[in-house]
Amino acid sequence: MVTLRVIDTKRDLVRAPAVALDGVAISYGGDGTPVYEAVAPVRLEVGENEFLAIVGPTGCGKSTLLNAAAGLIRPAAGTVSVFGQPLAGINGKAGYLFQQDALMPWKTARDNVAVALEVAGRPRAEALEKANALLARVGLASFGDRYPHQLSGGQRKRVGLAQVLIRNPKILLMDEPFGPLDAQTRHIMGTLLLDLWAQDRKAVMFVTHDLEEAIALADRVVIMSAGPRARIIGDHRIDLPRPRDVAEIRMEPRFHALHRVIWNELREEVMKAYGALG
Amino acid sequence: MTRIPRTRLLALQALVAVAALLVWHVGATVPIGGTYLLPKFFFSTPLDVIARVWKMFATGMIWKHLGITLTETILAFVIGSVAGIVFGFWFARKPLVAAVCDPYLKMANALPRVVLAPIFMLWLGLGIWSKVALGVTLVFFIVFFNVYQGVREVSPTVLANARMLGMNDRQLFRYVYWPSALSWMFSSLHTSVGFALVGAVVGEYLGSAAGLGYLIHQAEGVFDVTGVFAGMAVLAAFVLVIDWLVTIVERRLLVWRPQPAIV
Repeated sequence: MVTLRVIDTKRDLVRAPAVALDGVAISYGGDGTPVYEAVAPVRLEVGENEFLAIVGPTGCGKSTLLNAAAGLIRPAAGTVSVFGQPLAGINGKAGYLFQQDALMPWKTARDNVAVALEVAGRPRAEALEKANALLARVGLASFGDRYPHQLSGGQRKRVGLAQVLIRNPKILLMDEPFGPLDAQTRHIMGTLLLDLWAQDRKAVMFVTHDLEEAIALADRVVIMSAGPRARIIGDHRIDLPRPRDVAEIRMEPRFHALHRVIWNELREEVMKAYGALG
Repeated sequence: MTRIPRTRLLALQALVAVAALLVWHVGATVPIGGTYLLPKFFFSTPLDVIARVWKMFATGMIWKHLGITLTETILAFVIGSVAGIVFGFWFARKPLVAAVCDPYLKMANALPRVVLAPIFMLWLGLGIWSKVALGVTLVFFIVFFNVYQGVREVSPTVLANARMLGMNDRQLFRYVYWPSALSWMFSSLHTSVGFALVGAVVGEYLGSAAGLGYLIHQAEGVFDVTGVFAGMAVLAAFVLVIDWLVTIVERRLLVWRPQPAIV
């Protein structure tokens, strides 16, 4: 599989990565309470147009790392850069899809999506029009008037996706977004995500504990060790051809080969994490 | 539980009322073994009470009292709510203020508010404002605690999401904190409106020149049991109407909420 890259001559030939974590370490506590070092200094880069999945056992600090890239938490050490610029405050170039319900329950699906543009100072009419278009793109054209509690878990995730995409961010951060969904819905959502992603290939950081999901979706899978002091212990390029069907790609022999290699690395860490839990 | 047809339910509910009135009527008018079970002097009779209520409305004298009580209720509710919202937000956003004031708030809330009525009367006179003040002390705490809770209980995920969507502090207030606090406040709307009314009526009862509480107190003072019961009947109907209005407002405001299982 050969990928063609268009080189933008106006910029440097070597482009800065979309997100670069350089020696980023994260710890909690201090001020009297014992310090918990969640993530040891980590170096990780996500290229422009790259779909990166981060896999690791539960509680290893994957989400923490993502929150650092989002600017929601400050790392204890190291720097986060976004397209070469050091990050201060919230990462405005990134959209974040959360694991838990993040929609405003008092707003309809349409208003939830539109508000993302309204806060940027765009007129309401324009925001609503774009919100309708995006709801249609995630297959919820006729659900605009529903409130979040009137939607299924999968539908709420779609609204969340529309809400993130309406601002057209250059980077997508996803924290086990399909975690709470059932297996079929996860496949459908995965395929939908790849379809949307293929249109403009944003940089993606996709956190999951599900290795199969990671391999099916990503260009590159990074393995994190069990916490505390979680590290990156593996980095694998996924050379499966695109476009992919998330459900069917799991039957491919190449998928199995990749899965075997990565799982061998991951297994030990998963066991460690379970051992730590008792 | 199987569902009871609506007409049957209504019939059964009416039956309870009829039975109760019948027992009351018979007890007050038919001597059993030479004695009245419910002597007229202490219990009046249902027909007398109905006639008195009718007279109250026919002469129109009740409207003035209803109007006064309603005014006091609304004023107590509005002033108590505004104060509760302001202080609720302030305390929720400033943990130091909340921590410092916490014991005093608990103390003030623990105090049975009725004991304040004489003080308010002393300060504000026998007019409506002493009753409003009493209602405000009741409403304030309900709204305050709900708004405080509403601001503090905003889902951290919703908040993080809103920040990632690029909201600044003002927008976070408008789109996240404010609706969350209001939804908590609205969920206690029945209680706070009810307490505003309690404040008004109790205040009137303890000293005033008009209002439903005054009517009942006056009747009591001259052993006019019919008048007391008539006043109570009007008060009960008044509360039901207000409660019904609150339910309509609530349905409108909380349309985004899942409907509770029991309607």
